[in-house]
Amino acid sequence: MTNRNLNFKHRVAVVGAGLTLFRSRMLETPQELAWLAAKQALDEAGLTLKDIDCVVIGSAPDAFDGVHMKGEYLAEGAGGIHKPTIRVFVGGATGVFVPIAAWWHVASGLCKRVLAVAEEKMSHAAKPHTQYVFRYIWDPVVEKPLNPNLIWIFAMEMHRYMHKCGVKKEDIALVSVKNKRNACGHPSAQLCMPNITVDDVLKSEVLVWPVQLLDISPTSDGAAAVVLASEEEARRITDTPVWIKGIGWTLDTTHWTNRDLAYPEYVRRAAEMAYRMAGIDNPRKQIDVAEPYDPFDYKELHHMEGLGLAKKCEAPILTREGVTQRDGDLPINPSGGLLGVGNPIAAAGLMKVAEIFWQVRGEAGERQVKKPVYTGLAQAWGDLMQAGTVIVMGI
Amino acid sequence: MRVGIVGVGWFGFQPEVVDYSFREMMFKAAQRAYEDAGGLDPRSEVDAFVSCQEDFWEGISIADEFAPDPVGGAMKSVYTVTGDGLQCVGQAYMMIRSGLFDVVVVESHGKPSDVETLNEVIFTATDPISLRPLGLENVHALAALEARAYMSKFGVAEDHLEAVVEKAHKAGVKNQRAVYASPGKSRSATPVVAEPLREADVAKFVDAAVVVVLASERVAKRYNDTPVWVDGVWWSTEFSSLEFHDWAFPLHAREAADGAYTQAKIADPYKEVDFAEVDNRYSFKELQHIEALRLAPRGTAKDLLADGAFCPGGRLPVNLSGGALAEGVPFEVHGLARLSYAVGVMRGEVKAEVDKAETAVVHSWRGIPTTTSVAAVLRI
Repeated sequence: MTNRNLNFKHRVAVVGAGLTLFRSRMLETPQELAWLAAKQALDEAGLTLKDIDCVVIGSAPDAFDGVHMKGEYLAEGAGGIHKPTIRVFVGGATGVFVPIAAWWHVASGLCKRVLAVAEEKMSHAAKPHTQYVFRYIWDPVVEKPLNPNLIWIFAMEMHRYMHKCGVKKEDIALVSVKNKRNACGHPSAQLCMPNITVDDVLKSEVLVWPVQLLDISPTSDGAAAVVLASEEEARRITDTPVWIKGIGWTLDTTHWTNRDLAYPEYVRRAAEMAYRMAGIDNPRKQIDVAEPYDPFDYKELHHMEGLGLAKKCEAPILTREGVTQRDGDLPINPSGGLLGVGNPIAAAGLMKVAEIFWQVRGEAGERQVKKPVYTGLAQAWGDLMQAGTVIVMGI
Repeated sequence: MRVGIVGVGWFGFQPEVVDYSFREMMFKAAQRAYEDAGGLDPRSEVDAFVSCQEDFWEGISIADEFAPDPVGGAMKSVYTVTGDGLQCVGQAYMMIRSGLFDVVVVESHGKPSDVETLNEVIFTATDPISLRPLGLENVHALAALEARAYMSKFGVAEDHLEAVVEKAHKAGVKNQRAVYASPGKSRSATPVVAEPLREADVAKFVDAAVVVVLASERVAKRYNDTPVWVDGVWWSTEFSSLEFHDWAFPLHAREAADGAYTQAKIADPYKEVDFAEVDNRYSFKELQHIEALRLAPRGTAKDLLADGAFCPGGRLPVNLSGGALAEGVPFEVHGLARLSYAVGVMRGEVKAEVDKAETAVVHSWRGIPTTTSVAAVLRI
């Protein structure tokens, strides 16, 4: 890292993005979902599959779609036939990692135009609930025999954060209210709730205390795609390319039990890597809009602090003061995030990248934030509370 | 900017590694690779780690959670590619060429001995709507269909497969990792798995882990006096739906090789390549892949093999290691197994019967039912 050369030969831009609907049960096959998003991204860039040199696929556990070697299976829907196609995987953080991997496909000079596709079909997964898949993500010797549930460990994290920062449930619920309201402007959204209140969140069913039903994102089917191009190609394709200015990711140890649950150190390191590349030294001032990962409402706050967009324990205060609203000084998740738009794991992360792309281009429609956007950030989180992926984009 | 291999380490290559978990196997291989790279410290000198693995092979959902610790990558940039180990080398190659990374570690591990229902797991990789309802009890039947198509189109007889098997076992005897090498074994005496494939035509599985350290030209000499340069690496997927792919010829291997040759500026591989390590997890695949890699015109590999061209000491030795038939298939490690053997030959650490070992091509296919191949050109 110390020897990093920051003068890249090839700049990389995003030139098109596409999204399917996010719904709890889609009738399309995983391949069809991938293609719907890919086609939309290609159309937006004015390209066809023939123009694409390489394909990068992102998808979370194979068990969701129920297909072994899911990357091979998805290659067809993602347009990866007779092309170098690869699938990258960092658990829930995969969505933002797809454009990161696509970045070096272009930056290496080996591909000029790359299609990055993320897909997830959770409704296929084991019955009675998708959560069943998460029974097999644990250490097979030490943890699996206890049959833990994913929401349990996030409840621990939420509790720890609330305790350490003295945050009340009411403050955290504000995030859910903001995002589910924001989602009403999003054509793909699964959970648009224009009239939701803090009271609704606090009165919703308790899943694992302190996590309640409206604190958590839904399970979803969906796909997202973006097209990346080298500088020369990007200028040919569009007048308004959105440049990838920084990429960063970090994986913490597998042993989540040893982690500081109140602060995501791995997100901080991932962000530092991206900021160094993008020349950002004061993210709070230099980032105009951000899409941190929000599968739970407390995670948005957690991640804002990890990303340096708020000081430790300051995110709930900024949220209460309205700073993170669409018309605020630092709009957070103007798309509606995972809480509002939905959470088809990998596709949800890439949806955030697509949102930043549209925000920077000023094409986000009624979701467009009030302040001018020059630089935006998307972040995702995954594995055993272990992975952080960050991308910084701008004009 | 050139990208060099500065360290290689492997562990296992046993039918069943009983004393070590997959994580301990990763650790052992990583330790050896870092030692090979001049005692490189993964905590301070490595920029990123890439792990090649598949969830269903591991029996763990989101198996990439377990990638960082054994290779020294905790709290660093680690990610997983669900592909063959050589595809990870391809990613590392791109990462280093981008200018953002100087040292990237590639890891892959496989423990097939842990899997009780291999046939079912492999079959789960087929299309859930079009193919899976067939409930194939023997996945090798899919390879047998390809074998039939290839053999009838290019006039390949079972004798030719016999020659491939014989060559693999003979060569494998000199490879310390080749646990399945058994020269003198008669192919025709082994039972039929799926016509025309017999047991001797099908590579067995093996437990193994391989770690490779790659570095940019700028820093490579810090870690190794004789880096082996990766001058080209490319991969290709033909068709996910088996029913549409070319049954008689692996177009994916041809496309992958052409990409790698273009990068390495190789115009006539038959003349410019000194030796090759290709996928032979089925005996007929070796002939197919030799042709796909342009080391012989289509349909002629069998004749050139009969003339001894691809044998150790021949004009262009292929699979001096014996390949997967002698070593076994360690899931996604397979490509790295081919690569690490080639690196050993090029560095002169492995005494192999080859006139010149300056340019090599290594290849891996992801096995039934995939149509994905990776090829890399190595130079020293």
